Amino acid sequence: MSEGKSGRVVVVTSGKGGVGKTTSTASLGAALAHLGEKVVVIDFDVGLRNLDLVLGAERRVVFDLINVINGVAKLPQALIKDKRLEHLFLLPASQTRDKDALTEEGVAKVIAELRTKFDWIVCDSPAGIERGATLAMRHADSAIIVTNPEVSSVRDSDRIIGLLDSKTEKAERGECVDKHLLITRYHPWRAARGEMLSIDDVLEILSIPLIGIIPESEEVLRASNVGSPVTLNAPLSAPAKAYFDATKRLKGEQIPMHIPSESRGLFNKLFGRKAA
Amino acid sequence: MNLLSLFRRGSAPVARERLQILLAHERETRSQPDLLGVLREEILAVIARHVAFDPDKVQITMDRGSTVSTLAVDIEIPNRRRASGAASQQLSQLAFTAKTATARSQWTNGLV
Repeated sequence: MSEGKSGRVVVVTSGKGGVGKTTSTASLGAALAHLGEKVVVIDFDVGLRNLDLVLGAERRVVFDLINVINGVAKLPQALIKDKRLEHLFLLPASQTRDKDALTEEGVAKVIAELRTKFDWIVCDSPAGIERGATLAMRHADSAIIVTNPEVSSVRDSDRIIGLLDSKTEKAERGECVDKHLLITRYHPWRAARGEMLSIDDVLEILSIPLIGIIPESEEVLRASNVGSPVTLNAPLSAPAKAYFDATKRLKGEQIPMHIPSESRGLFNKLFGRKAA
Repeated sequence: MNLLSLFRRGSAPVARERLQILLAHERETRSQPDLLGVLREEILAVIARHVAFDPDKVQITMDRGSTVSTLAVDIEIPNRRRASGAASQQLSQLAFTAKTATARSQWTNGLV
């Protein structure tokens, strides 16, 4: 591994569970690696790890984050190199239930070491606002807040934004974590009919900049079924394109925002089956 | 689902309005302690210093509105005027209502 990098730490967080943090971490991580960046994705969900499964590396886990923190394994031993993307690495979470093993000093040390070896360190936060979630965001330079256009998800995202502004290292130094809103599981036709909060509604309520809109799609489910991020498994699908655009925006590129639109025919509109 | 839905307004505007009210409140109280909660504890402590009451007979209701929130504390206090009398125990009730205008964070309260 080449030394001397100064990687950026990004936390993928949401407060609420099941909104797509792990899927988004895998998709964004794979997209970054595909674009030539050297990436490590870290699973902070101690006891309920899943990033390994979504990345198709579940049978290759030997050591994990806790082992590295406890000194049982060296960091390079615990990193799992993706078989498809040469620049993508995974640091899995432990399946043991001992969440206290995740110490603040230990995490700080691991992150500091990873910064010297990778361009991007993407931290997949567990749901909730407990230790795992606060440690995942602790060292973040930027945050991707994954939100579904739904009341409980928006409320929890607001809470997480509050934590990012107070409990992170950057916040304590008087700086600000760059916050990006990633809207997932968006149903254009539901929003168009006023059945679902619209993009504008969510943006107005949370007032942080939008980094991407991922439409609800069977491709996302298919990708996790086969253990391959959607950006790798179906790179031309609508969700993969949206993840690639979000990735480029994260890198600082100016990409026009594409709002997924209603793509159902007149027949379906009138006699409608749910197209998605 | 179909033509019928054209005549029915979506529920998204309701979701949006509820969130705006809720988050305005939560953002304001995020940094400070739970004002209504603190007030509730302190009111009960003051009453308990002077009269004995059954903690189970305390009704506390709270209503958070967009501009005004209400905390109502109803305390049932047993009257022991004549401990010797057979049907001596009467009940009186003490009720407090506290209101806060969330927008200005100022308190006005009154005895009901």
